[in-house]
Amino acid sequence: MGKILLEMRNITKTFPGVKALDNVCFQVEEGEIHALVGENGAGKSTLMNVLSGIYPHGTYTGDIIYDGQVCRFSTIKDSERLGIVIIHQELALVPEMTIGENMYLGNECGHRFAINWNQTYSEADKYLRMVGLEESSKVQVKTIGTGKQQLVEIAKALAKKARLLILDEPTSSLNEEDSRALLDLMLSFKKQGMTMIIITHKLNEVAYVADKITVLRDGATIETIDNHGPEPVSEERIIRGMVGREMTNRFPRRENVPIGDVRMEVSHWTVHHPLYPERKVVDDVSMYVRQGEVVGIYGLMGAGRTELAMSIFGKSYGVNFSGELRLDGKPVRMHRSEADAIRHRIAYVTEDRKGNGLVLSQSIKVNTSLANLGAISSHTVIDGDREYAVAEEYREKLKIKTPSVEQLVGNLSGGNQQKVLLAKWMFAEPDILLLDEPTRGIDVGAKYEIYCIINDLAAAGKCVVLISSELPEVLGMSDRIYIMNEARIVAEMRAEDATQENIMTAILRSGREAL
Amino acid sequence: MTRDSFLTVLKKNAMLIVLVLVYLFFWVLTQGSIFNPSSFTELINQNAYVYILGAGMLMCMLTGGNIDLSCGAFVCLLGAFGGVFMIVNGWGTGISIALLLLVGVVYGVILGFLIAYVHIPPWIATLAGYLAFRGLGTSILSANSKTGSLAPFPVDFQNIFYGRIFPTEKGVFNWPCFLFGVAAAAAITLIIFMNRSKRLSKGYEADTIVKAAVKSGLGSAAVILVMTRLAMDGGIPTTLLWVAGIVLIYSFITSKTTIGRHFYVVGGNMEAARLSGVNTRRIMFLAYLNMAVLASIATMTVVARSQSAYADVGKNFEMDAISACVVGGVSASGGAGTVLGMVIGATLIGVINLGMSLISLDANYQRVVKGFVLLAAVVFDILSKQRSK
Repeated sequence: MGKILLEMRNITKTFPGVKALDNVCFQVEEGEIHALVGENGAGKSTLMNVLSGIYPHGTYTGDIIYDGQVCRFSTIKDSERLGIVIIHQELALVPEMTIGENMYLGNECGHRFAINWNQTYSEADKYLRMVGLEESSKVQVKTIGTGKQQLVEIAKALAKKARLLILDEPTSSLNEEDSRALLDLMLSFKKQGMTMIIITHKLNEVAYVADKITVLRDGATIETIDNHGPEPVSEERIIRGMVGREMTNRFPRRENVPIGDVRMEVSHWTVHHPLYPERKVVDDVSMYVRQGEVVGIYGLMGAGRTELAMSIFGKSYGVNFSGELRLDGKPVRMHRSEADAIRHRIAYVTEDRKGNGLVLSQSIKVNTSLANLGAISSHTVIDGDREYAVAEEYREKLKIKTPSVEQLVGNLSGGNQQKVLLAKWMFAEPDILLLDEPTRGIDVGAKYEIYCIINDLAAAGKCVVLISSELPEVLGMSDRIYIMNEARIVAEMRAEDATQENIMTAILRSGREAL
Repeated sequence: MTRDSFLTVLKKNAMLIVLVLVYLFFWVLTQGSIFNPSSFTELINQNAYVYILGAGMLMCMLTGGNIDLSCGAFVCLLGAFGGVFMIVNGWGTGISIALLLLVGVVYGVILGFLIAYVHIPPWIATLAGYLAFRGLGTSILSANSKTGSLAPFPVDFQNIFYGRIFPTEKGVFNWPCFLFGVAAAAAITLIIFMNRSKRLSKGYEADTIVKAAVKSGLGSAAVILVMTRLAMDGGIPTTLLWVAGIVLIYSFITSKTTIGRHFYVVGGNMEAARLSGVNTRRIMFLAYLNMAVLASIATMTVVARSQSAYADVGKNFEMDAISACVVGGVSASGGAGTVLGMVIGATLIGVINLGMSLISLDANYQRVVKGFVLLAAVVFDILSKQRSK
């Protein structure tokens, strides 16, 4: 047993309305690679943010003991000074700057008022060679690929004299070859004595690199598994820890709605990334939805679910579309226009309600009517009374808790905001609703109410596509489930046949085939 | 009325109260001459362009805090065009007005296209006009006149943009003007109460009877007061009609129409607006087309008043329009602000300008005062909003 480098003891962190971490205990030995796994929302990133000082001391309870010392970090700088360096899932590089500038951003070499560029670039080159990059540190970051950018991030961490390196989903945007190279690099660092924590969804990677695996579920530590046995830990063993929860009555029962004909169908639907047109974000997807049906689309983050939904909704995301969209059996040539999609009675309820769903500075009333202003106006003049009546009607129907529909949406809680977003799209009278993570970041009670709304929509004969990264939600709500991974649909299951285990297995198997 | 609700009323009408206080301050300082009938006419004529350009700037700012830097210089260029059309070429007033509007439309279409469809940041796209138009206007003027200015504009042109309706001699009470004021006051009262009873009958939230009475009482009193003073000074200035017409039209557009609503949501959250089916590019296009057309109307009121087109006409007009909006509570990041707010802001700036020239303050100090008042007004506005949160 090696020396304990890091111990996090009884960490509890609450956000308004949610307990993100509940008495989490976590130990890392010096010189090991420790994997942190769990479903989305299990608290992995929150735990690492506590460790690195993004959530400063005082906003959580519990102790962080690092190298024998109790630490109280109030900024990232404090933790970095001790060699705790975190590499976030989203790359934090400035594309227009050179590799060297990026590596020493905020940590510049030289005097207080003058940067020593010679030292910067020669040091930068040294670290680049350590991560196996041949590039000069004087080239702009935007000219190198994503895989190499990830390596630059690691070189940047090394330049900060990292002793404990935390990698948050380092391979989520990499292809298999680059992923493998990165994992091998981690193993070679381990030989040199570095300690690492890796957060990942890809369990085959966990089995490959990790010495120990800690499973988080619903903000609590479930178990720590040792990976030193003669056989590597089986993925099934990890999955059991990740999803093994009881499900009692978290989902309302749906009345037996007769499922009708196919209303919407896409075939061989392919979409490319708007900035990197060579990358496919949706790859040859074929799927359909029937009247009165709730179809779940499950996939991990970055699997292409949002991209699929948005590209169906008036081609509002992506470039170079190909494939066919049929509504009620007839092929539709949709223009690149959201208004066109709304006219065809498709609604896309975004996952990012604050970013691109609601106008926070406007009232509930204004947001509710926004997607269907035509219905409450004649000759472009809005009938204020009709608008008020409509907003009131949806406030009652969706049980939006507010003193008045004149209330600004920005003042509402997350759950109520989500209901306003749903109200907006229900008022647009769509036949097909694409719901993207409709319960993200809201409390259990509001979730239940949203599930009831989804059931009502299906009962009213609408087609509902439910996109979610919460497995229990998909299993509890759907009639049929598509499973997406890496831009493709890798499996389709009837709800009766689907279990958490076989969905996870489908994803892992597809990942392995590609590897 | 409890103390709390009294404070809310104060906060909601903060800028209006500031306006009244500033007015009273100058009343004392000028020994009442700011209340002379001629001061009222002056206030309207001098500031007509602020209201007109302010309406256009409001629409631009609503789309996300975007501004038009070129409108002042564009006024100079259009003034030069107007001089050439009417004074040099001697073309008819009607055709000249139509041509000036057409030039506004052409510039607006080009500017709107560049901003909305080529995605050039508005302040850069309009900076080009800011730099180019005054030079162009000045060179047109000096090519056509030795003095560098063209004057005088024809009488019928002046009557349209700087005349009076049913004019009477100074000192003779102008009954049409007074009666118009009474009618407007009655209309305001009627609208407020009809709206209230309609809302009550449908069971919606509505003002209390006291609040409605205070609102209509103060509104009518202000309108009748202004019109009575104007009646003592020879009647309704035609600029007032232009200003009132534009203010009413833009109030209606911003508060009652779908297109007005689209301006607010584009500024509030461009992506949300786009995903809700709003044609966000068209809104940006319309904002700048509209601004250029309003700039051509503003030009006509300005050159009619000065009776000449000269190189300095329109100087800093864009800043006056922006100030009126900002003082009037229009959000500098877009999505919030009303025409009424802009009108109050423009009037406040106008009162300060008029008051300072009545006490013959040095022009340089006038600028200093204006700068600080602008800053103070915005600080006051932001602080009062923060406290209410």
